[in-house]
Amino acid sequence: MSEFQAFDFRTKFGSRYFPSPIFTASGCAGSGKELSQFFDLDELGAVVTKSISVKPRSGRPTPRMAETPSGMLNSIGLQGPGIDQFLEIDIPWLQSNGARVIVSISGETVEEYASLARKLRGINSLHGIEVNISCPNVENRGLVFACDPVASRAVIEAVRRNISGDYPIIAKLSPDVTDIVSIANEVVAAGADGLALINTVLGMVIDVDAKRPKLAGITGGLSGPAIRPIAVRAIYQVHKALPQIPILGMGGVTNGRDALEMIFAGASGVSVGTATFGNPSAVIKVKRELLEGLRSRGFNSLSEAIGVAHV
Amino acid sequence: MNINSRAIQDSVEVLSNKKVGAYNHMVFAVGDMASHAKPGNFVAISVGGPSSSLILRRAFAIYRSSNRGAYGGTIELVVAAHGTGSKWLSERSVHERVDMVGPLGTAFGIPTEPVNALLVGGGYGSAPLFGLAEVLKARGCRVDMVLGASVAGKIYAPLEGKRSVNVMTLTTEDGSAGVKGRVTDVMPQIIERNQVEIIYSCGPMAMLEAVNQVAEGANVLHQCAVEESMACGIGVCMTCVVPMRDSAGVIKMQRSCIEGPVVDGSQVVWGSERKIAQGTWGAPQ
Repeated sequence: MSEFQAFDFRTKFGSRYFPSPIFTASGCAGSGKELSQFFDLDELGAVVTKSISVKPRSGRPTPRMAETPSGMLNSIGLQGPGIDQFLEIDIPWLQSNGARVIVSISGETVEEYASLARKLRGINSLHGIEVNISCPNVENRGLVFACDPVASRAVIEAVRRNISGDYPIIAKLSPDVTDIVSIANEVVAAGADGLALINTVLGMVIDVDAKRPKLAGITGGLSGPAIRPIAVRAIYQVHKALPQIPILGMGGVTNGRDALEMIFAGASGVSVGTATFGNPSAVIKVKRELLEGLRSRGFNSLSEAIGVAHV
Repeated sequence: MNINSRAIQDSVEVLSNKKVGAYNHMVFAVGDMASHAKPGNFVAISVGGPSSSLILRRAFAIYRSSNRGAYGGTIELVVAAHGTGSKWLSERSVHERVDMVGPLGTAFGIPTEPVNALLVGGGYGSAPLFGLAEVLKARGCRVDMVLGASVAGKIYAPLEGKRSVNVMTLTTEDGSAGVKGRVTDVMPQIIERNQVEIIYSCGPMAMLEAVNQVAEGANVLHQCAVEESMACGIGVCMTCVVPMRDSAGVIKMQRSCIEGPVVDGSQVVWGSERKIAQGTWGAPQ
């Protein structure tokens, strides 16, 4: 652990500091219990929970998954127990096991986001709230708030109004837009303290023997190394336009080099998602290799490496 | 207690890799991982090597495990090389290493009293049934087995596996071995003749559903190892769900890697592929 003390690995989102910039990605760490068998959760900067909704959700039917070259499509559809059970069971367990917790929320209407924010208000032990306005696995693509600047702004304003200044609001954006910077501008103006870039990319696989879509949900979200260049591009563009806004970068990060790429593009932290499916200890590997990578390039702190690729 | 509290991630050595019919029988030196492995458990293996474009783990039911022997703990698998990942695994040579996580998932429940058991397997789904047969036989159970496949070459029934089985019946759809037909064609007579008290099954979902119908018709307990595509095997990805009734009777989308793979056949809401079963907790309104 001494090596971590010598290097300033801390990062900051809004008012909260994190001892390491490596987080889990929403929907890729179960309840936390599943991964705690393989490493201590306090090794992470934070656990970003699966996106939680107002009511229980069954999610979509199976098949929910299709492996693709260096990636996978999923159409889980935000399966979860709903906010009440989540607050009663999941959050206390995570906190009693040393995890810093960022709660991800997802609603179908602006009012649902407001209602979720009210449920979270006053839980001071949380480290942040990720507002997932970009899940592609909803029945109606019109509900993807992050594809529309006005809707994105309305959601973040509603959350901001209902959460007060307790802890940072991180808005999770979709890469499936013509101009991600314009969406980023809107959510920051509405009160987002940080941005999570990127959610999965909408994709599709056809089963050529059955002659129908492979996924029961027809379309799904593409994740994994296949989308990493898209994520790096989005981070770079948004950091250039909004250099003061911290970005949680994600999209196919599998090793320390991938995390370095996102930091250099302008991310203040990096989430590891799909890589965990292939390797339960991927987050720890990324954290170790990122530290080595920063040191070997002569950095003494994370903060001095953020955005260095911008010339 | 943690989920999968006995699971270990380790780089394990291939001790043996032999072609058996349409399959590969592989033995791995796994150390402590073997000591908690029970019939029905599975392991998840990363495939393709470090620069592979295959990013997801592959799940394999444990064929047998042993704590003893010259190589310490070993786990044996039966690999059907029908996809890119399983083909890669089946091509590993002795002394090569693979990254394995295990043991994972639920195990077959073992009765405390000697009972008459019927084990039903489809294709290489027979693999975990041989380890189960050994345990049941050691408990004084009568163990009958029915193995079915489309053709003879796809039945996995090694000689050493037969030792713990009283009577083995084979079925093939083309009649190339055993009885022409399906496993469910021969089950009712065996259930009646041997007064079967519990059925264990492993194989494709359609076969498990048919076996469950026979079991319910005969009013016999049925434990089956369910199958749904997995991305992780450790409970985080939520892709491998199967609709199942919980203890309160509520239908929930449950993970076949954590709440399964071995489940009670009567809990499963069969025939729910590509749709959400009516009454499922949290179903879209």
